[in-house]
Amino acid sequence: MPLPAADAHAGPPAAPQAEALPLAGAVRASTAGRLLRRNALTVAGAAVVAGWVAAAVAAPWVTPYPPLQQNLRERLRPPDARHFMGTDELGRDIFSRVIYGARISLPVGAVVVASSTAIGTVLGSVAGYWGGLWDAVLMRLTDLVMAFPPIILAMAVAAALGPGIQHAALALVVVAWPSYARVMRGLVLSVKSQEYVLAARAVGAGEGRILLRTVLPNCLGPAVVMATLDLGRAILIFSGLSFLGLGAVPPAPEWGAMVAGGINAFDQWWVSGFPGLAILSVVLAFNFLGDGLRDALDPRLRGAP
Amino acid sequence: MGIASLVARRIAVSLPLMVGLTLVVFLVSHLLPGDPVAAHLGQRSMEHPEIVAAFRAQWGLDQPLHVQYLTFLRNLLRGDLGVSIKTKEPVLEDLARHFPASVELAVAAVLISAAVGIPLGVLAAVGRNRWVDHVARAVSLVGVSAPVFWLALVGLYVLYLRLGWLPGPGRLDVGMPEPPRVTGLLTVDALLANDMAAFRSALAHLVLPALVLGSATTGLITRMTRSSMLDVLGSDYIRTARAKGLGERVVLFHHALRNALVPTVTVLGLSLADIMSGAVLTETIFSWPGVGRYAFGAAISLDFPAILGVTLLVAAVFTLANLAVDVAYLVLDPRQRAWG
Repeated sequence: MPLPAADAHAGPPAAPQAEALPLAGAVRASTAGRLLRRNALTVAGAAVVAGWVAAAVAAPWVTPYPPLQQNLRERLRPPDARHFMGTDELGRDIFSRVIYGARISLPVGAVVVASSTAIGTVLGSVAGYWGGLWDAVLMRLTDLVMAFPPIILAMAVAAALGPGIQHAALALVVVAWPSYARVMRGLVLSVKSQEYVLAARAVGAGEGRILLRTVLPNCLGPAVVMATLDLGRAILIFSGLSFLGLGAVPPAPEWGAMVAGGINAFDQWWVSGFPGLAILSVVLAFNFLGDGLRDALDPRLRGAP
Repeated sequence: MGIASLVARRIAVSLPLMVGLTLVVFLVSHLLPGDPVAAHLGQRSMEHPEIVAAFRAQWGLDQPLHVQYLTFLRNLLRGDLGVSIKTKEPVLEDLARHFPASVELAVAAVLISAAVGIPLGVLAAVGRNRWVDHVARAVSLVGVSAPVFWLALVGLYVLYLRLGWLPGPGRLDVGMPEPPRVTGLLTVDALLANDMAAFRSALAHLVLPALVLGSATTGLITRMTRSSMLDVLGSDYIRTARAKGLGERVVLFHHALRNALVPTVTVLGLSLADIMSGAVLTETIFSWPGVGRYAFGAAISLDFPAILGVTLLVAAVFTLANLAVDVAYLVLDPRQRAWG
């Protein structure tokens, strides 16, 4: 399904229920202003995400030093002209490592969200479309996994598999899929009873075809929004696992692990300061982008914060 | 619905879920490739099969799976959560020792996030699209997006090392004796012992971890209060209140805020999940001897009795928090009481 561009706010104006302004014209102007500002944040979010993707792709060409190159003579140098973000306790260039970090965190976020969306979509649509026993069994399973405290489940899985980027990503998928399954089930249930589904059945379409061609495409919008908002969350939790030593292993330039490395160099604020800012900027950007997409794809939610 | 029947229904729903949780932890512990025996015996001992066998026999790991599970359930019903493989102590005692520190921290985090988030949300709604609103939005977005472990380090660096306004990690000043243990909450125990120095120290040590731990919740509460306050302020009864000449202050706090708080209470209850997750990282950084740090130690050493104990404890806390939210609904919104 093609995503509407970020300027797709041209739909029906948001219900001005939240406004206390007496004049309709002022209400309309204020709504437009709000959408415009919301749009600016969406564009800013998209720009930051695009910037990080570009940095990840072009890392070898835009970084002044290899990310693992040590230079003990220049360790713990504050930011200056040669080391834009300073150096860490082994004299590695922090700017280069932060840029290379995007090559770890962005793919992990994407893979985790894509896999959980895929699993959640399959299980959720089976449960929602066929209902009955399928629904009961799958949803109880979902309830069970969701009843676990997510970070403890992720920690246990990551610890059992051993540290490593792939294992941490797998742990995150284990934690994340149930909420997708639940949302997809709800969406499929609500779409299933629409008249156009009845129409498809009336013209003799098979069950599988109805689910794949008629029901699912109409559920994708909200799923895309959820996935975008979740990208930031996935990156955040992954960096937390790495911080605890359960994700990326030491020499890898992973942001959370870099922040952890900075604990031993407390007075050198730049060692953990910049990797943390990198995480913050990516997560903020995905949150802006997700909010904007939600507005664009689901006009019903436009009054929401 | 009366409060009693609500409580009964909640417990009836959550018990099967808890049994399910025990089953899942149990199955996961045997499906995962990690081997608790290898994690607890050294390399040298692993080379002797008789030591490995003795270890397995001692912990019942040589029994068939369903026997192990039934044994476990039977013990659980007697209040016995098993013995932690790592600390060699009963899990129940370990949890009882670590729980109060976490409760103190979590309560402080919730209080701080409500104390910051609700006024900020109200101010943002009243000063909509003015600078207060932008500040509130920035606070809520950064709170939700910033990694907790990084905020903790920034807080320690700025407020402890640079400015010296707040104390560093730990629950009390170094060398200060703990007040006699009654509740396990140091602030309360210090007050009970009438030890004001310990109370001040415990309180000061609580501020930064609680602020950090509550950051995401503060963001959510600010957002929720702002939007529900805007909804309420646009409704007819507020216009009526204004039309009959009530002061703006009365309208805001007497009429609007009470209704606007209903969704905020939900967020508070649900955000307990964030707080529990954040506790693992926060407690690790601030050397806070709570359940989060215990859970981390249990997870990395694949101490399944401990993991299961923590999981059940957290599930029970969730259930109770949801119950508290529902009861708060009944109190805040009289219409709910009329429903079946």
